[in-house]
Amino acid sequence: MADTSYDLIVLGSGPGGYVAAIRATQLGLKTAIVERENLGGICLNWGCIPTKALLRSAEIYHYMQHAKDYGLAAASISADLEAVVKRSRGVAKQLNQGVTHLMKKNKITVHMGEGKLTAPGKLEVKGAKGSETLTAKHIIVATGARARDLPFAPADGKRIWTYRHAMTPPEMPKKLLVIGSGAIGIEFASFYKDMGAEVTVVEMLDRIVPVEDADVSNFLEKALKKQGMTILTGAGVEELKATATGVSAKIKTKDGKVEAGDFSHAIVAIGIVPNTEDIGLDTLGVKTTKGHIDTDPYCRTNVKSLWAIGDVTAPPWLAHKASHEGVIAAEAIAQELGNKDVHPHPMDVRNIPGCTYCHPQIASVGLTEAKAKEAGYEVKVGNFPFIGNGKAIALGEVEGFVKTVFDAKTGELLGAHMVGAEVTEMIQGYTVGKTAELVEEDFMHTVYPHPTISETMHEAVLSAYGRALHI
Amino acid sequence: MPIELKMPALSPTMEEGTLAKWLVKEGDEVKSGDLLAEIETDKATMEFEAVDEGTIAQILVPEGTDNVKVGTVIAVIAGEGEDASTAKAAPAPAAASAPEAKTEPAPAPTPAPASAPAPATAAPAPAASGDRIKASPLAKRIAAERGIDLSTVTGSGPGGRIVKADLEDASAGVAAAAPAAAAAPAATPAPAQPFETDIPHTAEKLSNMRKTIARRLTEAKQTIPHIYLTVDIQLDKLLKLRGELNAALEPQGVKLSVNDLLIKALAKALIQVPKCNVSYAGDQLISYQRADISVAVSVPAGLITPIIVGANEKSVSKISTEMKELAARAKEGKLQPHEYQGGTASISNMGMFGITQFDAVINPPQGMIMAIGAGEKRPWIVDDAVSIATVMSATGSFDHRAIDGADGAQLMQAFKQIVENPLGLVA
Repeated sequence: MADTSYDLIVLGSGPGGYVAAIRATQLGLKTAIVERENLGGICLNWGCIPTKALLRSAEIYHYMQHAKDYGLAAASISADLEAVVKRSRGVAKQLNQGVTHLMKKNKITVHMGEGKLTAPGKLEVKGAKGSETLTAKHIIVATGARARDLPFAPADGKRIWTYRHAMTPPEMPKKLLVIGSGAIGIEFASFYKDMGAEVTVVEMLDRIVPVEDADVSNFLEKALKKQGMTILTGAGVEELKATATGVSAKIKTKDGKVEAGDFSHAIVAIGIVPNTEDIGLDTLGVKTTKGHIDTDPYCRTNVKSLWAIGDVTAPPWLAHKASHEGVIAAEAIAQELGNKDVHPHPMDVRNIPGCTYCHPQIASVGLTEAKAKEAGYEVKVGNFPFIGNGKAIALGEVEGFVKTVFDAKTGELLGAHMVGAEVTEMIQGYTVGKTAELVEEDFMHTVYPHPTISETMHEAVLSAYGRALHI
Repeated sequence: MPIELKMPALSPTMEEGTLAKWLVKEGDEVKSGDLLAEIETDKATMEFEAVDEGTIAQILVPEGTDNVKVGTVIAVIAGEGEDASTAKAAPAPAAASAPEAKTEPAPAPTPAPASAPAPATAAPAPAASGDRIKASPLAKRIAAERGIDLSTVTGSGPGGRIVKADLEDASAGVAAAAPAAAAAPAATPAPAQPFETDIPHTAEKLSNMRKTIARRLTEAKQTIPHIYLTVDIQLDKLLKLRGELNAALEPQGVKLSVNDLLIKALAKALIQVPKCNVSYAGDQLISYQRADISVAVSVPAGLITPIIVGANEKSVSKISTEMKELAARAKEGKLQPHEYQGGTASISNMGMFGITQFDAVINPPQGMIMAIGAGEKRPWIVDDAVSIATVMSATGSFDHRAIDGADGAQLMQAFKQIVENPLGLVA
């Protein structure tokens, strides 16, 4: 019989869990990981990565349709959704195998099955071959989250979809209703719009992508409307029914009128529910807030030697937050087990960037202008449009801007908000700066390469101090 | 085992001091209670006594060394039966005044049993490594803005780097300490610069006391909006009473000074007008229920303010004997910090120099100081007729942030009334 006692067991192998396991073995801990479905979790099987593959196809399709703008001709362009999806699944499979390899390379024992905490340091795993009991000095809960259903219209996978159905669609939707305009809703709205569907987005709050800066929301709304998308803000879906040919919805609009609408399909993207059921949290008395596990900045729960990371804990619910928490938790555990050379640093959510891969893209880090003012900061705000950037003009991507929010007193970069081409690849520049606590002078003294769109980041800093050069 | 003699903390707030004088030399035998050295803090010179027995094996910090941090090993004592010469070699003869800086990066907080999410606490590791202080650009900005000395801050960032969060803790600590400690360092005087002049002159290094006086007076004048209220007070009755009391107290060897009576009068006035017995402390007002009077005493090196604790409750003869004893020790620089730090209000008397009236500088965090001028014969109008009376001018300086003009005036009135009807002082 195999030895089933470990230094650390990680429950869940998503981007939080598998990274925690790798970091733990780097620090010499005997580590196991428990997964009920796919190694790599939602992110690389059903989330971030396969959607990026889909969006890449949509982007290229978009360019092909606009070939003329670049002096090129492309005749009889068409999209094969099945092939697009097949490519996306291929990408997911490749990465799934990558994680399997990483587990093997790091000598992490993988237990496939449903894990449940039965006592402190004890986990029962029910797998295909029966159940076994594992023990560990420390356990990390990294079970993630799933899509929230509309209470009156649960997803059926045929006409009413969650992100998961939308990723492997049975057919191309002709007329799509997207409920919710967070990152997931807007990405699918953008994807299907580019693929040729007629798209309507319904958002309950008064603006789309409501966690972003208001300037970003307004800019994106205009851009999407220009592409032909219908956007209803301050509106709610009151009724949603699958019919033989599609879905019928009753939408209460901003002015209080209830309008009926028929669509071919609907995507429900109204948020997530943490996966906390049946994993034994009650047995151990783990504290939660709105279902999400409470943790300190080192990912400790209220129960000794039990840790939690990623979507199962407090927001933001992003893969890179989960991965980073995995590293912090693994290091803090190693330290508790006597490793004196490891120095975990607490999580600061203000330094976690967020990216949304709609078209145009959105990326941001830190406080919005409104939130900064709410927090009592006296702010200096900078803004620089892509139209003032040579590279953006050369690329034919002049739609976008960079906004910076500085603390007028200390020069601290409180937040940065970007919309436009490649911004998701650029936000890390500000994130590094924020993490290192650079002030406006440091950004000003940084030489940005020419010609790049990143020069807009430099200009947006200069702009906050009335020194922008190219506008 | 050789015993390491460390720079003692002679008061709770002492962080460093000057090793003014060694009273022993290498090879001397010492026993518990022997005086080893004189140590000068910002205001006083104190004697450092031996606790252990043995032979002074090595003196590591020569006399006259400034800014010796508390805890620095200053000498080594070889224990009984030990060879002083071997003991000598034991401790590494490090530069005596080098601060004990560790370069070890900050460990994370010791993992307490898990409970509700708690904010991370900074770990105890100094960020300073030699002269270079590791701090983020933002931390440097914030420190400069708030006047925080980064060498006193513990860094919790990578490699012990000081980050913004560490300063949030630091500034909170400073704010909490400010109202309590009279010796809390606020502004540090600028470092010495070469002074150029053609005029024949001598240059003398400032004593710690002079530096403290400079710092505290600057702080007081720069941060406290002073208002000044002056009254003329007839002294004849008080002088008469003093004569009678002194005659009566002579067998006990007590001789009251006018100042002793005025200390008592000020204490009584402060209890009568409690709105003036206060400290302005940032976002709160501290009202004292006892009048501890700091009395300005001129000493060769400058000025010091020994305190008559609870002067409102003490008899004038008790105040007098205490004052004589404190003043004598003040002149020798032998006051203990608790004897001159604190107080709820001050009194300063320049009458003996013939000064008729002056405005004194408030001694923070106190709310007021009474400046006493010379008692002199002046024309005095009583019932529209000019007569002669012994009169002195007294000027109260008040912290206008905490004390309104009318309240200050009430205190001056109470003080005048008590001095002019002095029987109350002995009641």
